[in-house]
Amino acid sequence: MIAEAGLAALWLAAALSLLQLCAGASALRTGGDQLLPMIRPIAIAQGVLAALSFFLLIQLFLATDLSVKLVAANSHSAKPWLYKFAGAWGNHEGSMLLWVTVLAMAGAAVAWLERRLPERTLIATLAAQAAIALGFYAFLLFASNPFERLNPAPADGNGLNPLLQDPGLAFHPPTLYLGYVGISVAFSFAVGALVTRDVGPLFARAMRPWVLGAWVFLTLGITAGSYWAYYELGWGGWWFWDPVENASLMPWLAATALLHSVTVLATRGGLRAWTIMLAVIAFSMSMVGTFLVRSGILTSVHSFAVDPSRGLFILILLGLYIGGALTLFALRVGTIREGSTFEPVSREGALVANNLLLSAILGIVLIGTLYPLGLEAATGDKLSVGEPYFNAAAGPLALALIAIMAAGPLLKWRRDRLKELARRIWLPIGLTTAALIGLLLLAPGIGLLPLLGLTLALGTAAASLAPLWKRNLRRTPLFTWGMVIAHLGIAVSIAGMASESAFTKETLVAARLGETVNVGPYAIRFDGIEPLAGPNWTAIEARLVASRGGGSSLTMTPQARVFSSPQTETSEADIATLPGGQLYTVLGREDEQGRWQLRLWWKPFVTLIWLGGGMIALGGLLSLIGRLRRGRRPKAEEVYA
Amino acid sequence: MKAKHQRLTLLILAIAAVLAAVLLAMSAIRDQASFFYAPADIVRKGLPLDKAVRIGGMVEEGSVRLAGDGVTMDFIVGDETDATIPVRYKGIVPDLFKEGSGVVAEGRFQPGGLFVADEILAKHDENYMPPKLAGERHKTESLK
Repeated sequence: MIAEAGLAALWLAAALSLLQLCAGASALRTGGDQLLPMIRPIAIAQGVLAALSFFLLIQLFLATDLSVKLVAANSHSAKPWLYKFAGAWGNHEGSMLLWVTVLAMAGAAVAWLERRLPERTLIATLAAQAAIALGFYAFLLFASNPFERLNPAPADGNGLNPLLQDPGLAFHPPTLYLGYVGISVAFSFAVGALVTRDVGPLFARAMRPWVLGAWVFLTLGITAGSYWAYYELGWGGWWFWDPVENASLMPWLAATALLHSVTVLATRGGLRAWTIMLAVIAFSMSMVGTFLVRSGILTSVHSFAVDPSRGLFILILLGLYIGGALTLFALRVGTIREGSTFEPVSREGALVANNLLLSAILGIVLIGTLYPLGLEAATGDKLSVGEPYFNAAAGPLALALIAIMAAGPLLKWRRDRLKELARRIWLPIGLTTAALIGLLLLAPGIGLLPLLGLTLALGTAAASLAPLWKRNLRRTPLFTWGMVIAHLGIAVSIAGMASESAFTKETLVAARLGETVNVGPYAIRFDGIEPLAGPNWTAIEARLVASRGGGSSLTMTPQARVFSSPQTETSEADIATLPGGQLYTVLGREDEQGRWQLRLWWKPFVTLIWLGGGMIALGGLLSLIGRLRRGRRPKAEEVYA
Repeated sequence: MKAKHQRLTLLILAIAAVLAAVLLAMSAIRDQASFFYAPADIVRKGLPLDKAVRIGGMVEEGSVRLAGDGVTMDFIVGDETDATIPVRYKGIVPDLFKEGSGVVAEGRFQPGGLFVADEILAKHDENYMPPKLAGERHKTESLK
């Protein structure tokens, strides 16, 4: 019954999205219609129905209803509760349902909360959101039905990929999707504004909170995904330049550029066409990413099934929506009023540089991700594009971008002078130089990119705090705090990345019981090994006692696990966060002489990577709150930080 | 500067930035990307000695040997042809590494034909197969 109700809710939501699209289109054409007051409630009802359908799917997974094909294929009655719950989106159909639910709920949120957008633009926006939803409802209903029944029901399910059986599954996909799919609102806003030709500062102020909100979730989702990969895969790496990771990075780069250009539009009325274009690109990147991950052309833990017809379906939707939006853009771009001009040396000028650099990095990541796929399709040659490529191509641009990020907030809007900037930025530049000299003397040979990363991170951290200099901190607007914290977060994260790549120490040995192994400043004694059983796995656990310079010791217990359904071995690294870094231990296999493989890392300041990511998201959240508060007091609009 | 001129300047700048990014990307791809070889490709094209490459195939049954230090491993990668590649890897192999199942390794060939892997990739799921083999299996399944 629950499965049928879920399917019915999904069909109803799809029907409502069609109604929402038609009602919106007819209201826009006739310029006034009795359908008009209906559109907001329709959008809200559509969001509620999609959410209901998703909720019912979770119910099926919690009850392990094996007569539903999806549950039988991806769940198991012996799985812990959390993974039954989160397992609902740990498969192709469930994750697409989550995708569509976020899309529908984003539309519902716009219908419910958006008050600043002119009525006609809002209707066009909701119609655009409905058009996107309609295509993806069709994809679910015709090519990826999560509620399909199985007759007869099997005795038990196949279980969930053990790599996904982790609390990360409950957090990473939903947050990532809230950002990844939430950015669809910016796309729909852009389409709405193109339809009504109403692009200006007011439009930008209405769009900014939605962009900020999606961006905060996207940042959190990527940060969480990176940490999950770091501790779960047992390689000690935190970013692999895997196409599925790039699929989330590309919308983030575009959304970050959009976030900054929308500020120029809101404050100075400039970058109109460009902002619209970025809004279209940001969600287009999300759709490209969805295609890459969900079509099955890539093989990874993220792609659950290989089915060419699904890939083609998403590709057609992709072409339809991106092509449609770009065509509309091309037709209407001439009628968008030109914004005011600006000086190169000004806040706007720095933001334009930021946008150009972010777009160039986006282009490099896009080429690095798509080129191998295109080459393989065309010639059959397989090419793997990894870290060396991205570091060589995107690294220099990223460093330039960080330098601009340090200087930009110290520039005034409208017009500034380089001499004035130099007066404000001498301290960060001095710090950068001192750090450069210090590192060259103390730690030669750490590599150019880590060296520049560390020094620039220090200078940027100092520069990002500079906007608070000599200000009354209690009267500083919340969105200025947000900017400061987010920029500081970037510096913190870069410092972590550079430190990890420059100073990591690794030891790989086959050790006997009682043997002591050194890694970095730690001595690690192999104390014991014993079997262990969990709810749906058994394991062998090593007991390692780590101590630093004869001081107090801590016990670490990496495991080699064997899951029963499906039968899979995984390695559970044990990671200890210590002052100054993380100790990362992995247990391998036993050899014929009774020695155990141990892989140990000492990673100084690696935690800064994700701490920085959290700070970036927090900065975005503070900005969002600040903007919403300011938005309620329209009189204060003239005062800009 | 007039608005129109500024717009034009920005447009030119944007195009220049994108072109520069594309050029940078293409040159980096030429230098940094590594090609993928199956054992049969080595027979056909010869050993790629000049740069890092990836190889992929199936770990042959009974071929995995652990060296005296307990962490260096030798094994043989084969494919649907008779061609094979001997591989040496120092490290802990990923969870999904098994005899008789698919593997992708990144590293360099020695002049004698031994492939020294820096990394064994675990980015595949438990159902992973090199695409060619998957195609073969698909055919046999549809014949049933």
